[in-house]
Amino acid sequence: MNWFWYASPQTFYPLAGRMAPWFAGAAFLLAAAGLYVGFFVAPTDAQQGEVYRVIYIHVPAAWMSMFIYVVMACWAALGLAFNTRLSGMMASALAPTGALFTFIALWTGSLWGRPTWGTYWVWDARLTSELILLFLYLGFIALQAAIDDPRRADRAGALLAIVGAVNIPIIHYSVVWWSTLHQGASVSVTKGASMQSQMLTGMLLMALAFWMYSIAVTLVRVRCIIKEREG
Amino acid sequence: MSDYGFYLWGSYIVTFVLLALEVILLLKRKREAKA
Repeated sequence: MNWFWYASPQTFYPLAGRMAPWFAGAAFLLAAAGLYVGFFVAPTDAQQGEVYRVIYIHVPAAWMSMFIYVVMACWAALGLAFNTRLSGMMASALAPTGALFTFIALWTGSLWGRPTWGTYWVWDARLTSELILLFLYLGFIALQAAIDDPRRADRAGALLAIVGAVNIPIIHYSVVWWSTLHQGASVSVTKGASMQSQMLTGMLLMALAFWMYSIAVTLVRVRCIIKEREG
Repeated sequence: MSDYGFYLWGSYIVTFVLLALEVILLLKRKREAKA
């Protein structure tokens, strides 16, 4: 399979159309499984009670908010380096979904924080850096919308996306570098998971569901962008 | 659950409404792009 064949918007357009329904279907099934495990299989948390079940959307949304930004910055960098049209389109297609997951992470975190921390919001490093991520997404979208020429908009947006990528390790390590009210990582590559296995299963299923959802909507959106720009 | 219903369902309902809204707006954009 020659992957470079699909680097052109015109050849990627039908491929994206064929793939999107499969990812959408996978998202639906994984979300159904994740919610079932999260609500009917996983036990109640001994300390937090039922409100802990917010983690089944909060943690996956927070992961997606950072992951989508990294993918967006990579596409943006590819576009700057190789001047490929599809790269800028992919970055543009990812931004709204990334912004949405960032907002969901902040919203659900805030609603979880009130009963557990006693406050909706604190200006600690994790929350503040995640809020900055939302502003980066919105800035990227606004900047692209403000420039009429799509290729110039792609280049300007790419610079913002690449510079803003410095915020991702800051979000990730904020709970290590600073004393934050936000707790440390629930799942670590080196230390494993610090939660009960059924809770972890539900959370990972929902993370996969959000991942599949993001791919599906991004593929549909990039098809719209291709159609709008190139007819 | 009753003590925390607002926080729990407030999270889930807003999340799924926003995701549904994104899909609806995207399908609208798709129709307009094809027209």
